[in-house]
Amino acid sequence: MSKASLNIVSFPINHIQPNKDTVKEFVTVTIENQMFGIPVAIVQDVLRKQRITPVPLASQEIAGVMNLRGRIVTAIDVRKRLGLDDTNSRTKSMYVVVEYKGEQYSLIVDSVGEVMALPAKNFENNPNNLSPQWQEVSLGVYRLDNKLMVVLDVAKLLTLAT
Amino acid sequence: MDDLIADFLTETNESLGQLDNELVKLEQNPEDKNILSSIFRVMHTIKGTCGFLGLSRLASVAHASENVLGKIREGAFAANPSVISLILESIDCIKELISQLEEKGAEPQGEDRDLIERLNHCAATGEAKGQSYVAATDSNSAHKKEEHKEVVITQNPDALSREAKEAAAAQGLKVAEEGATEGSRTASGGNTIRVGLDVLEKLMQMVSELVLTRNQLLQLARSVGETEFNTPLQRLSHITTDLQEGVMKTRMQPIGNAWAKFPRLIRDLSHELGKKIDLRMIGADTELDRQLLEMIKDPLTHMVRNSADHGIEKIDDRKTAGKSEVGVITLSAYHEGGHIIIKIADDGKGLNVEKIKEKVLANGLATESEIAVMSEQQIYQFIFKPGFSTAAQVTSVSGRGVGMDVVLTNLQKIGGVVELSSVFGNGTTFHIKIPLTLAIMPVLVVEAQDQLFAIPQIRIVEIVNAYTTQGTNNEESLLEHRIEIINDAPVLRLRERLLPLVSLPKILGLRNDFRLKNDERPIYIVVCQLGSYSFGIMTDKVYDTEEIVVKPVSPLLKNVQVFSGCTILGDGNVILIVDPNGLAKHADMQIITTEGDIDSQQHKFIAGSNITSFLIFKAEGKTPKAVPLELVSRLEEIDASRIEWSGGRPVLQYRGDLMRIVQLENRAKLPDSGVLQVIVFMDEGKILGLIVDEIVDIVDHEMNVKMLSGSEGLLGSAVINDRTTDLVDVSYYFSQTFEDWLQHKNSQIRASNNQKHILLVDDSAFFRKFMEPILSVANYRVTTVDSAIKATELLNDGIDCDAIVTDIDMPEMNGIQFAELCRKDSRFHSLPIIALTSYDPEKFKIDAKDAGFNSFVSKSDRNTLVDTLSRVLAE
Repeated sequence: MSKASLNIVSFPINHIQPNKDTVKEFVTVTIENQMFGIPVAIVQDVLRKQRITPVPLASQEIAGVMNLRGRIVTAIDVRKRLGLDDTNSRTKSMYVVVEYKGEQYSLIVDSVGEVMALPAKNFENNPNNLSPQWQEVSLGVYRLDNKLMVVLDVAKLLTLAT
Repeated sequence: MDDLIADFLTETNESLGQLDNELVKLEQNPEDKNILSSIFRVMHTIKGTCGFLGLSRLASVAHASENVLGKIREGAFAANPSVISLILESIDCIKELISQLEEKGAEPQGEDRDLIERLNHCAATGEAKGQSYVAATDSNSAHKKEEHKEVVITQNPDALSREAKEAAAAQGLKVAEEGATEGSRTASGGNTIRVGLDVLEKLMQMVSELVLTRNQLLQLARSVGETEFNTPLQRLSHITTDLQEGVMKTRMQPIGNAWAKFPRLIRDLSHELGKKIDLRMIGADTELDRQLLEMIKDPLTHMVRNSADHGIEKIDDRKTAGKSEVGVITLSAYHEGGHIIIKIADDGKGLNVEKIKEKVLANGLATESEIAVMSEQQIYQFIFKPGFSTAAQVTSVSGRGVGMDVVLTNLQKIGGVVELSSVFGNGTTFHIKIPLTLAIMPVLVVEAQDQLFAIPQIRIVEIVNAYTTQGTNNEESLLEHRIEIINDAPVLRLRERLLPLVSLPKILGLRNDFRLKNDERPIYIVVCQLGSYSFGIMTDKVYDTEEIVVKPVSPLLKNVQVFSGCTILGDGNVILIVDPNGLAKHADMQIITTEGDIDSQQHKFIAGSNITSFLIFKAEGKTPKAVPLELVSRLEEIDASRIEWSGGRPVLQYRGDLMRIVQLENRAKLPDSGVLQVIVFMDEGKILGLIVDEIVDIVDHEMNVKMLSGSEGLLGSAVINDRTTDLVDVSYYFSQTFEDWLQHKNSQIRASNNQKHILLVDDSAFFRKFMEPILSVANYRVTTVDSAIKATELLNDGIDCDAIVTDIDMPEMNGIQFAELCRKDSRFHSLPIIALTSYDPEKFKIDAKDAGFNSFVSKSDRNTLVDTLSRVLAE
């Protein structure tokens, strides 16, 4: 439950010198070559592929439930949540465990990158031409040197149409 | 809050709970010096501590009360009920003051002069004034929380709004604490320490996880083989088990804690109701989980109240009935196979089935014919319906019609099952079965399409295995174990009953069929009980039963009603717990559960409109056959030798006419000797005699045809009196026997150019099939639809019809709504509409005319329908 359990073993933290502007830290993840950021404060764990028990009759974005040290964690297929194609076989997937409203969820992504501290001056609101499905779960975009990072709105991501 | 005060509060709450019961005991044994001394001591301690802590208001009440007790101890006067009532009143006053102290950290302002004066008067004279329960001075009806609160409010006006808001919460808190502290005391005497519940909960959680980790380790060790880790691992395993049991024990409390308030409750009730009631408690030391104890407290209280109020008769009535004037309520508890059984029995008047029936009818919970086929058990279940109370007179105690349904819901929430048995005149017994703990639940692990699921043991009655393949011969024994299918609905014959089945893999969408083609392996059927109805869950495989730690599912999965939670197995895998209730709902089974589910009630109501009388008979095979009684002209017994043959067909001279004799399809040849049972049908001068083996019965039953059979001569199957029954298509035999019967009709139809077109709307497949030939025969062209919605669509599409015949009770849009809709439309406002109803037409007349029906006809009266149609069309 505390940030102390943050367990990112092989992902060196990229220390960017704090800017005068406020700096926010994100765990970066990749889905279909797009980089996303998840606020580091809510991330509890990063795991390699786990055994998942599918939940029949649940919404399709729910990949299933899994056991994380004796706690039940609901796994969300972020790819499906973003309306992305599911044809690519997911041999390499990673799980980012987040806590939201006292419950743990595991977000299934393609890969997990480094933790980045990003200054607010690099932040922009969602471009207007972003698809509504993405607008809904995106808080905005950070301009990085060679790519863009979409900030995931985890609360919205975990609000599924029933 | 001051630590000292906090300690005082816990201690005093404990003592007060004890006082209530001791006083009741004292009342029964006024001479018992030991009880008296112990009461005196408690009151004295309260007084002393209050004085020490500067709680003057509490101290003065306690002091006055102690004086009275002192006098009794000295033998100045006896502890008669009125004196005891006065002391109980002072205890209530102390309790109330304490609960406010707990809330605000300070004694409320005000005085209790009236009470103290009365106590002093009593101490001086031995007379207790104004405390009779009949002449309730307001502070006297202490058990009625609302009134009691008023007393406090007048004393403390500035606390009014807060009091009102927080009263409920504070009360709950206090009760919880009392339960906990009392428990630890009875368990181990004075040698206890107080531990916060949250600490225990957390410990329990951690132990559960420790157990799971241990299991994982053990599994790993087994796969690796012999290593030096094995010995310490074994030790770890043992210690973990002990630890788990130890921590479980800290959560266990004797059920007596939940009963602690009952003696006082019964005492007060018996005074108020003018009854004599003896409360016996057996097995009060039976332990169960703390959390459960809290949850059963209120339901139990309600049930005990009910027993005292509704169950036990007044003294005079008991005397008249030849019973002892003291009624007995017995509470007992014991363990049975991982569950705890609680019984609440009274020796009162028992449930009056007739009264319940009346009430059921009056409240429209079921129809008369439905009730007629119900068992007593099923009728008793109605007392758990919302808004149901058999008490003729509503008393302040119970009978307000909220209660038993809430009791049931609350008990079901914790996986409990309630049954009741009653002998009219001799009393009622409620059996409550609840799990020992919520944290650990025994489940059966089953497999569906390679995935494991858990089914709670408490719902399971038995496991049966069955096959889908047809038995090679007509081996009767195989029928018991063969899954039969009625229009995609699988059923199993189980001990002469049809058990509806739900396929777990199919309903969960794991595969399309409940069984892969040509798979000869048995299907395991887990028979589950829901209230008084049961159904079977088809699974691919059944594993062991397991004790599991239940974990709630995330809010994201709450809408999946089929699962009630999940758990982690020893190998670390997560499996889902199937909720049989949710599964049945998801499968849309029309199970009439004991829950007050509005949907199911509505369903019943609609289904109830299809009551038809059937003649049940046996012929060809074991399955009973049925024909609607209204088609039958007569039942005859004839001698087989009277049958003659004409043109190779059997005939019989019958009332100066010739009756054609038929048998059901596929039947062996006609017997040529003995007495034959014949069902005689007549239609338009044609007489048909159907030979049967045995006439069984005539029953009124819902017309719910399960399927339209593919086989000729049968309309379909229905479940009548719990048995699958084939409905025989009489018109088929008519047309087979009298080839000219239909042809004649047809040619007549073709000949007439002015053939009218009727739109027949009925949701019952049977009635559509039943009415259509009748109308065709009467020279109408018929279009049938199964819903008013579809009929509206057809009308809008410009169907050209001359009249509409519609059922009234249909889902979505009923006949009345449909007629109103038509009348509003200028295109149809003059279109004749005839309503078909199985209600008494007289009852319905006004409604039907208002809705714009031209006429309405009883469903069972087909001739009237034909007459009415021709009359209406002629107008």
